[in-house]
Amino acid sequence: MSGTNTTTSSTDWAAIRADFPILRREIDGAPIVYLDSGNTSQKPRQVIEAMDDFLRTGYAPINRSAYRLAGWATDRYEGARAAVARLINAPSADEIVFTKNATESMNLIASSWGGANLREGDAVVLTHMEHHANIVPWQMLAERQGIELRWVPLTEDGQLDLADLDQLLDGAKAFSFTAMSNVLGTITPVAELCRRAHDAGALAIVDACQYVPHNVTDVQVWDADLVAFSSHKMVGPSGIGCLWGRMELLDAMPPFIGGGNMIADVRLDGFTTAPVPAKFEAGTPPIVEAIGLGAAVEYLEGIGMAEIRRHEMDLTRYALDTLTERYGDDIRIHGPDNVEVRGGVLSFEFRDIHPHDVSQVLDERNVCVRAGHHCAKPLMRLLGVNATARASLYLYNDRSDVDALADALDGATDIFGL
Amino acid sequence: MPGLEDLYREIILDHYRTPRNRGELPVPPARHAEGHNPLCGDEITVYLDVDGDGDDAIVSDVKVSGQGCSISQSSASMMSAAVKGKSVGEVRGLVRRFKSMMSIDTDGAEQADADISLGDLEALQGVVKFPVRIKCATLAWNTLTEALASSDPD
Repeated sequence: MSGTNTTTSSTDWAAIRADFPILRREIDGAPIVYLDSGNTSQKPRQVIEAMDDFLRTGYAPINRSAYRLAGWATDRYEGARAAVARLINAPSADEIVFTKNATESMNLIASSWGGANLREGDAVVLTHMEHHANIVPWQMLAERQGIELRWVPLTEDGQLDLADLDQLLDGAKAFSFTAMSNVLGTITPVAELCRRAHDAGALAIVDACQYVPHNVTDVQVWDADLVAFSSHKMVGPSGIGCLWGRMELLDAMPPFIGGGNMIADVRLDGFTTAPVPAKFEAGTPPIVEAIGLGAAVEYLEGIGMAEIRRHEMDLTRYALDTLTERYGDDIRIHGPDNVEVRGGVLSFEFRDIHPHDVSQVLDERNVCVRAGHHCAKPLMRLLGVNATARASLYLYNDRSDVDALADALDGATDIFGL
Repeated sequence: MPGLEDLYREIILDHYRTPRNRGELPVPPARHAEGHNPLCGDEITVYLDVDGDGDDAIVSDVKVSGQGCSISQSSASMMSAAVKGKSVGEVRGLVRRFKSMMSIDTDGAEQADADISLGDLEALQGVVKFPVRIKCATLAWNTLTEALASSDPD
């Protein structure tokens, strides 16, 4: 087990793993080997209990009723906002907007900021390794407003090729890029990219959905303008996501969705908006999910993001070495080999066996990986594949999970005999 | 969980390794349709040469191109072998019969189609025990239906 393998760590990783009830579940008499956290993460009992307890003893509307129970619920909801702000070192909790998920955060950015600030012919720079959530909202805007999209290419080992970045950024209004690829695991030089965007007069927008759950995040060190991420990938519940933005920027952006909670006043002839963040939180928000997210942040803080990153670097190194030593040329793992610039995401091709079939064979050993295009079809085309299998690691994984993956891959050879 | 041998029968792997009727047909005169499985990225194109009109027209040639997993590719291969030379009416019956085997509701047409022989396609019956894969098995068949429905090229 991995707890004994990490020499610098004081964390009891076996105890961390034991916090996740689903990892004790067995299917067909054997435990689950969960390697799909890049898709969505499992939840510790602390998050489950916080939501359960809130539903049993604390649930009430927020921001709109005068009785004490509603006031306490509002305090809890705002406490979650403060926890998220702390996690990413945001200057103010009011700069955290709760959305449905990171995808909605990206749509909010494109629709609200892009809709108000971009005109026909304006350029937005994206990269070849973006998730559809950081592509399609801009393409929708391009259809409506005729903006131009430019693409940062990749190097052979799956990092951003920045050789022509200044030319791409020349005259651009925004640079929107991932902090960590959900396919390649590549961690991009976010602070440098923000600086280069600003040097060109462009806004720096960061899709940090894969990054925040696994790394120390400091939006002030990055000097970013807008940052999107979600709860469900960082041991919190699904149904709630986050957007952080500099206050003067959020303040100037028009609302995204209209309705209750986002207004200061409504008359027959119009409305005025509430201050940020309420301006972007129309309707009853995911209240219970916010409480769960707050508990998730506290859980991660209790371990320490730097400690989690160290654990995952160790495990990623172990996974890269184990799979390549065992299968050599029969396995092709995409993305950089240097774990300093990659997270625990391993997309791979195995012996020309289709990823769907690889996943099916792994599932017989309860090894859960994603097979498919990972919502990154432009990147798939660049890699020359329709799909990959992807194993993704998190804090509750250990070396036994990697070994189980490596062992289970043998089953694919048995069946397909290629 | 049912064993993988229920899914990966030898005849399925044979069609996967050696797919029948691979390729393209010139459009026109062929009809064609593209199918996508948005979940896994599988893509398939079905080409049909259809001689005649209505249900009595004959599917004189069929080709399949694209990429996908063993289940989608073998299903496409077996489908192409099964529909070649059949009338459009017979092909529609075969589509209903196959979808019925995949536990997909086909508007109560099962009785009328019960006599239709699936031949090798019976090997795909095991897919039903793996519900996630039913979409793989039916991709070619839905694409075939679309190709049949596409207007006659002039």
